[in-house]
Amino acid sequence: MALTKEEVEKVALLARLRLSPDELELMTTQLNKIVEYVEQLREVDTTDVEPLAHPLPVTNVFRRDEVRPSLPREEALRNAPDHDDEFFLVPPVLE
Amino acid sequence: MTASEIVHLTARQLRSLFEEGRLSAEEIVSAYLERIRAYDRHVGAFLLVDEEGALQQARTLDERKARGEPLGPLAAVPVAIKDVLCTQGMRTTCASRILHNFVPPYDATVIRKLREADAVLIGKTNMDEFAMGSSTENSGFQITRNPWDLDRAPGGSSGGSAAAVAACFSPMALGSDTGGSIRQPAALCGVVGLKPTYGRVSRYGLVAFASSLDQVGPFAWDVPDTALLLQVIAGHDPMDSTSVEIEVPDYLATLDQPVGGLRIGVVREWLADGVDEQVAKAVEQAIDVYRALGAKIQDITLPHSKYGIPAYYIVAPAEASSNLARYDGVHYGYRAADYDDMVDMYCRTRAEGFGAEVKRRVMLGTYALSAGYYEAYYLKALKVRRVIREDFDRAFEQVDIVLGPTSPTPAFRLGERIDDPISMYLSDVYTVTANLAGIAGISIPCGFTADGLPVGLQLLAPPFEEERLLRAARMYERETNWHTRRPDLERVVAQFEAKQSASAG
Repeated sequence: MALTKEEVEKVALLARLRLSPDELELMTTQLNKIVEYVEQLREVDTTDVEPLAHPLPVTNVFRRDEVRPSLPREEALRNAPDHDDEFFLVPPVLE
Repeated sequence: MTASEIVHLTARQLRSLFEEGRLSAEEIVSAYLERIRAYDRHVGAFLLVDEEGALQQARTLDERKARGEPLGPLAAVPVAIKDVLCTQGMRTTCASRILHNFVPPYDATVIRKLREADAVLIGKTNMDEFAMGSSTENSGFQITRNPWDLDRAPGGSSGGSAAAVAACFSPMALGSDTGGSIRQPAALCGVVGLKPTYGRVSRYGLVAFASSLDQVGPFAWDVPDTALLLQVIAGHDPMDSTSVEIEVPDYLATLDQPVGGLRIGVVREWLADGVDEQVAKAVEQAIDVYRALGAKIQDITLPHSKYGIPAYYIVAPAEASSNLARYDGVHYGYRAADYDDMVDMYCRTRAEGFGAEVKRRVMLGTYALSAGYYEAYYLKALKVRRVIREDFDRAFEQVDIVLGPTSPTPAFRLGERIDDPISMYLSDVYTVTANLAGIAGISIPCGFTADGLPVGLQLLAPPFEEERLLRAARMYERETNWHTRRPDLERVVAQFEAKQSASAG
């Protein structure tokens, strides 16, 4: 089942990646090779096998709902490409 | 003691000489910094060397010692840190342009533990971008060369950490292992590297690649130093709900006790097709060493291990595509300069900030999780993952340790695999199953090829049996001296430069 360039373009938008025409071309070729390679998983009979998402049994871990110190706002904003005294700044979402 | 003698000591020796007052922390740190200044321009192991910070830490340790204060188990021992671990106030990039200026406001738990143990954080090491790769060539900033042969890759993704130890830039280093990223570069650089059981070491502050596979672990020249560093970083952490509340044994206390009646299972299919002859020979000779020590050797089979790489290349990219969604140019890191709107800002930021391999994996993961393909790819891979885990469960009913090569080949040439993703992925063919199964593994030096390239022996143990793993590794190490060999950097650099000027002329 080969991926078309259009499908790869759709995936790129889902992944929030802008691909140049050259990149799209190369990505389509490479993704098809990799997908073809992973197709060999079909050889394994997995009837009645439960998926293993995690190597350990994972359970919710709770702690008491107590107020604790958190990262000061100034520290949290320090690495942001654009911010004011209070907020991260982004381009307008609504016109 | 000369600077050159100092950098060839083990962490345990450094710690004792410091304790006994025969070396100051400043002398130790200065010796390593001098070595880094002389040779890292050839090797390229570090993205950041914290000269001032390391010297400051050393002087503080000397003062504390003079006052007779108690000192931690890694006092005055330099440790190099893979640049995937958050270090408060010290730039942490994951070798990605998208995080080129990120300065974490907090320490990863393993970093806090290193500081509490009085280790000296000497710098941040190069890696494949976001730990995606097996040669460190996917770094967004620089390549790292193998200290045994500068034409060759150090392996990856923790190639900078492995090379830093091999080049004696630091006696110890931390790496992370998602599919072999500690064990494979350890093998290619001729040092020891250990991947702990999933859940043994906290992942808090480890920048996430594939959360169900990632684990932080130690690099060192020998098994006792590896045990010492694991001891410091292991243990439950309330900040990581997947770290397990289970006692951490005193690894060093039992390390020199051989495992009585050790049963070793040799993975025959890992010594058949696809493995380099010289690698296979070195591993066979290691098996003979164990046999001579009285271990019971038997062949075992992991029938589904050949599906490890395809299963991994669904599971890991799927998790990565989700984890890397956070790099959007809003909270930290790079933001594109020109864009039309919000979505365009995301798309351009990520296009300009991520390298080719990261883009490939994010695309692959997004595809595998997308509507219509989720069951065929992601769920199928998770089912195969369980079958792989069950192969190990069955093996460990019969044997105590599983043994094989770490990597199918010794260090390969820089550039050799970079244009062929699948050939690069196959570098991890023997390591990746341990991550899928969540078990513990170690790579130790077991010989050299005719060209003088190191070969790694891989041992695997059931979950949380690091003590057994280390003792079994130590049994071999005590009988051999591969771990005492160091690359002669002066000669390696001279040869490399001669070759370069010859090809230029």
